[in-house]
Amino acid sequence: MLRLAVALGALLLAVSALAAEIPRAERRSGYDFMSRETRAMQDEDTANPGMLWVLEGGALWSRKTGAAGRACADCHGDARVSMKGVAARHPAFDAARGRPVSLEQRINACRVERQQAPALAHESRELLALTAFVARQSRGLPIDVTIDARTQPFLDAGRALWERRQGQLNLACRQCHDDNWGRRLAGSMIPQAHPTGYPLYRLEWQGMGSLQRRFRNCLIGVRSEPYEYGDPALVDLELYLMWRARGMLMDAPAVRP
Amino acid sequence: MTHRASRREFLYAAGVSLAALVTVRPAGATPDEMKNAIRAVVGAAPVTRGRVKLELPPLSENGNAVPLTVSVESPMTAAEHVRAIHVFTEKNPQPDVVTFRFGPRAGLARVSTRIRLADTQTVTAIGELSDGSFWSAEAAVVVTLAACLEET
Amino acid sequence: MAETLISVPPRARRGEIVEIKTLISHPMETGYRRSQLGARIPRDIIRLFVCTYGGAEVFRAELHPAIAANPFITFSTVATESGTLTFHWTGDNGFSVKETAEIRVE
Repeated sequence: MLRLAVALGALLLAVSALAAEIPRAERRSGYDFMSRETRAMQDEDTANPGMLWVLEGGALWSRKTGAAGRACADCHGDARVSMKGVAARHPAFDAARGRPVSLEQRINACRVERQQAPALAHESRELLALTAFVARQSRGLPIDVTIDARTQPFLDAGRALWERRQGQLNLACRQCHDDNWGRRLAGSMIPQAHPTGYPLYRLEWQGMGSLQRRFRNCLIGVRSEPYEYGDPALVDLELYLMWRARGMLMDAPAVRP
Repeated sequence: MTHRASRREFLYAAGVSLAALVTVRPAGATPDEMKNAIRAVVGAAPVTRGRVKLELPPLSENGNAVPLTVSVESPMTAAEHVRAIHVFTEKNPQPDVVTFRFGPRAGLARVSTRIRLADTQTVTAIGELSDGSFWSAEAAVVVTLAACLEET
Repeated sequence: MAETLISVPPRARRGEIVEIKTLISHPMETGYRRSQLGARIPRDIIRLFVCTYGGAEVFRAELHPAIAANPFITFSTVATESGTLTFHWTGDNGFSVKETAEIRVE
């Protein structure tokens, strides 16, 4: 009898741990929660405002800059080849920094170290353009961040942030995006919060923005003090979200309401 | 969390975002102002409902970019064509949205664009034909707001 | 420099009606927004878009602040002869952007 109870208890525990993550078969991109009209905005490159940033990023890719007088293209050649899959693998572990870095951080590291140019400001037009251009080269590819002994602690930190109640509204990300996705919050449908399309054109911003900007909006939404841009906590959270979305296809630059 | 902001900064941010969720919209125009704007285009001529097709989503996820397509059936010949299509709103701060002007070389009097809608409202399109007649169509749009806004 | 995305079919049959799509980056600042300090942000919009084909105007749009940021305008024209289409956006603060596209008509 006791053995049965223990077995049942273990089964329930295992099931509840699995239930925390959205089952793979039910994972849906934010694209699927949008209206037909907003989807149409994303579908065509000639109608997608995010492509304006991709265009600019392409120009920046070939422009020599910094004290080293080097363009991204000088080292990386054709981005369609060299950058294919890169965005799908970020955040990625950076040995020099001893921690995972986001794609934006990686681009800035290159600028500072290889081009000897000043780092681009958070959410600046140029940084968004370059990030959008690189992310565009991963379109249609499955998200594939590496979780190993080096990145596991940061994944755990990201997960802890996802599950922690915070802010005056005392809400955890998980409560909306794992437990109540598909339901409505103030007229808008709650998506599952998979970062498949970043950087993206948010209609609310009337412009392009990074995942960190979106995180800050959410944190303000629960009346929490938002982390500053560049805070490692936001990169940990991004790593967790990318892992949580593993296998889903990238669709940057996306359009979202 | 490593950042430590002043209490005032935090309260201000919280207050602004609260205000943003409660009332976002500046003072809007009135249906009368829209009527005046339409009269400025149409003059004393009568406006007949019909011939203009105005396509807008009945529900928009965000009023910042609402896709609009407007068209007028016409042979678009030198003798008989659409001269212009004018679009108006009743609750935006200004009633005028856009005027499209065509000639016979357009082939089709059909244009798509994206407009801003400050609130749930009815949008009106006026078609101006080469024979001097005016036609109209209306479409109602419910505008919702995104959750989780910016602090600025 | 404002980015533009223009879609014109590279070739068409004579008399065919072709669809042209244009997208230009511009904030279309309405003039109704206020900064965090309460100061009104001045209006800064594109006010006019004109398309010419072989030198003749074929379409124009007069824009007001209610046109969304990064204006997207799709319109039609009859493919009459091979030649150049020009697209000219003008607006507040001396904004002026001109782009061209070639079309081959058979």
